[in-house]
Amino acid sequence: MRTVHDIHGGIHPPERKALSRPGELTDAPIPPQLVMPLRQHLGVPAQPTVEVGDTVLGDQQIAAAQGVMSVPVHAPTSGTVVAIESRPIAHASGLEDQCIVIETDGHHRCLDAVGTDDWRALDAITLVERIREAGIAGMGGAGFPTAVKLSPGPERPIETLLINGTECEPYITADDTLMQCHADELIEGAQILAHVVSADAILIGIEDNKPGAIAAVEAAIARADADIELATFPTKYPSGGEKQIIEILTGQQVPSGGIPADIGLVCVNPGTAVAAKRAIIDGKPLTHRIVTLTGEALKNPQNVSACLGTPITALMAHAGLNAIAPQRVIHGGPMMGFAVSNLQAPITKITNCLLAPTATELPVPEPAKPCIRCGHCAEACPASLLPQQLYWYARAKDQEQLAEHRLFDCIECGACAYVCPSQIPLVQYYRAAKGQIRDSEQEKRRSDNSRGRFEARQARLETEAAAREAKRAARKAAAQSKADAEGADPIQAAIERAKARKADQDKEPEQTS
Amino acid sequence: MSLLKVTSPHASGQSRVSAVMRDVLVATVPGVLVLTGYFGPGTLINIILGGLVAIAAEYAVVAMRGRDPRVAVSDLSVLVTSTLLCIALPPYAPWWLIAIGVLTSVLLGKQVFGGLGYNPFNPAMVGYVVLLISFPVQMSAWAPPRGLAEVPGLGDTLRHVFAPTTIDAVTAATPLDLLRQNTGLLFDDLLRTSAELTSWGGIGWFEANLAFLVGGIWLLYRRVFTWHAPIAMLVALAVCALMGYDGGSSESGGSALFHLFSGATMFAAFFIITDPVSSAVSNRGRLIFGALIGALIYLIRTLGNYPDAVAFAVLILNFCAPFIDHYTQPKVYGTGKAGSKET
Repeated sequence: MRTVHDIHGGIHPPERKALSRPGELTDAPIPPQLVMPLRQHLGVPAQPTVEVGDTVLGDQQIAAAQGVMSVPVHAPTSGTVVAIESRPIAHASGLEDQCIVIETDGHHRCLDAVGTDDWRALDAITLVERIREAGIAGMGGAGFPTAVKLSPGPERPIETLLINGTECEPYITADDTLMQCHADELIEGAQILAHVVSADAILIGIEDNKPGAIAAVEAAIARADADIELATFPTKYPSGGEKQIIEILTGQQVPSGGIPADIGLVCVNPGTAVAAKRAIIDGKPLTHRIVTLTGEALKNPQNVSACLGTPITALMAHAGLNAIAPQRVIHGGPMMGFAVSNLQAPITKITNCLLAPTATELPVPEPAKPCIRCGHCAEACPASLLPQQLYWYARAKDQEQLAEHRLFDCIECGACAYVCPSQIPLVQYYRAAKGQIRDSEQEKRRSDNSRGRFEARQARLETEAAAREAKRAARKAAAQSKADAEGADPIQAAIERAKARKADQDKEPEQTS
Repeated sequence: MSLLKVTSPHASGQSRVSAVMRDVLVATVPGVLVLTGYFGPGTLINIILGGLVAIAAEYAVVAMRGRDPRVAVSDLSVLVTSTLLCIALPPYAPWWLIAIGVLTSVLLGKQVFGGLGYNPFNPAMVGYVVLLISFPVQMSAWAPPRGLAEVPGLGDTLRHVFAPTTIDAVTAATPLDLLRQNTGLLFDDLLRTSAELTSWGGIGWFEANLAFLVGGIWLLYRRVFTWHAPIAMLVALAVCALMGYDGGSSESGGSALFHLFSGATMFAAFFIITDPVSSAVSNRGRLIFGALIGALIYLIRTLGNYPDAVAFAVLILNFCAPFIDHYTQPKVYGTGKAGSKET
């Protein structure tokens, strides 16, 4: 039995997970139009490989990865490309982004899949490439390209593959449902990923509020007769943060500014592991994901397997959104999700939950009161920061003190703001401060660059001037030495020739007069 | 359908500033009842009068600053300040003493710095110290406890407060005064010869301290503050008293029990030094903050000119709080040695 370690801080908000009936999974209907953003991951957007008017099949690649920090996009079903244009996307900024719009034909004709059961015979590079080509990006919320995560490099040997089945945010049950419904695929996926990173051990961590998932995964491990350890630990938010679950299960801390691979770990979401299994064994790219549709403004809260690119409004209608009640629709959970600004925006690879709460369920925040330094935020902070000090320094724009108090170790989990008796939107201050610091660092880099360029130009001009001077001096010296070689000063010679000529002329008049 | 644009987190807990302040007010009830029982209705009159002055002052100042005064008053912080100050004032203090003290607390202790959350010093203690230095006679006129003298009724009390002429009639030395003034008696003899002293602090004082301890424990249970500052202060005070007891000679500083249950000890530990605004912020910082206050209280009580010392000790440590904060930053996740175990 593994020793479970406690993390600093944390909170216990109402879980509300039963609302969406975890463990029951149905397919969401295929909408008439799918909107496929070219960037559903962290990094460089994919490049469209289809044109308007093209007919596409399910699983066909419609946009290709551009470089390492990029993954391709595939069509979830058959249809026609009707537009490649800027559309509203689900992003905290509320901005639009390039999307490929597919009008679906309802036939769901797909490419023939080519997978392999004999994946152990393949080397890591081939498998990583197949995972990248399947368009897999971290499905826990950040969308980090999985292929990059699986290539930590030879200087970082990996001991353990950690499957993070914590799902600590209230309301969300997508991973819970996935682990209950696809436990066998999860085990196969975990084994593939462990093979890819040459990990010695596989560890699956699940919070103890998911008995269904724990039982399903336990049974699947037994069925597969796999050497996989299942660890459960007490429910507490934010245990599911990558750094937090690592400390809980290993007692080790990921160094500040580092990645888990620095201490021999690769940590992935269960959805990512299942996607890897489907990519390698079934030869299917990532085109669908499980989304929790929940909140009291919905008639039928549930988990669905939905095509990527399905507009949020279609899923809300599917779950019976009471159009008057919700005052916001949250992409993600109530702690770290963001309010969607346009319901036409589609779901993407990172959409684990759409939460439509009523005004009484998640009330509009009250106006903030002054900070009384009660310190509850410091007690709740899982990173052991002093949130109230960060708040004062963020307000004062004191970047030196913000760095001193390690603003960039903040994971923006929101535990501090949750417990704040003054209802101060602390995380908002930290995000703004981080943005300002990044801006001023960029500004500094820019000015350093232009100073560098100016100094380089000065140096070049000086070198050129010096070179010209040296050339002149060299010419002069050459002339001098030539004269020396002739034994006489040429100017003196010229003067003397002139004198001689003048003397001749002076003589002539005497002769004539 | 219009969508609300707000950022995460969308969920919020139940804790509110006004609820915290209300809890503090509720927790003073046992102590106030005991004080009233032993020393008469003077303390109650202090609190009511002080509360009215405090609300009026805060309302007026916040309105002048162009903010919504109802919001400021409704957080109840001004009532906490005035109530704590008025508990510390002698019962039957003249009305003008209360008014000056409360106005000093609210205006000079709090509002000049920008109101709630911005004051570097504990506002109640600012008011208290200004009164103690400016009006030493009135401030040392504490009432004798029930049993040793007749406790005035409500009518007498009101006369004392609003027509303060017969101040001596309700004045007696407090146990800490007696200890301070003692020159020739062994500690045990002092306890025997002074009717108001017991080895547990003194008649009325022990009970009041016990009542404030009960209120404080309730606040701990309500998680209004953590145990760090109060326990550190009490332990430091007890340790200092043990070291200075010297077996109870005439030079003795008094026993640890005497110090723990005398004067404003428990009131200070759970109601004054736990003011979050003016104290250190981290738990480790609050341990140091509390312990230094405990030690200072003992030193000022035994070596200083004033019999009780809470106000001075608290204000001095308020000065030190930012300095303590600087040296007690908690170890942030991942900043230890790479992959090291959490300490």
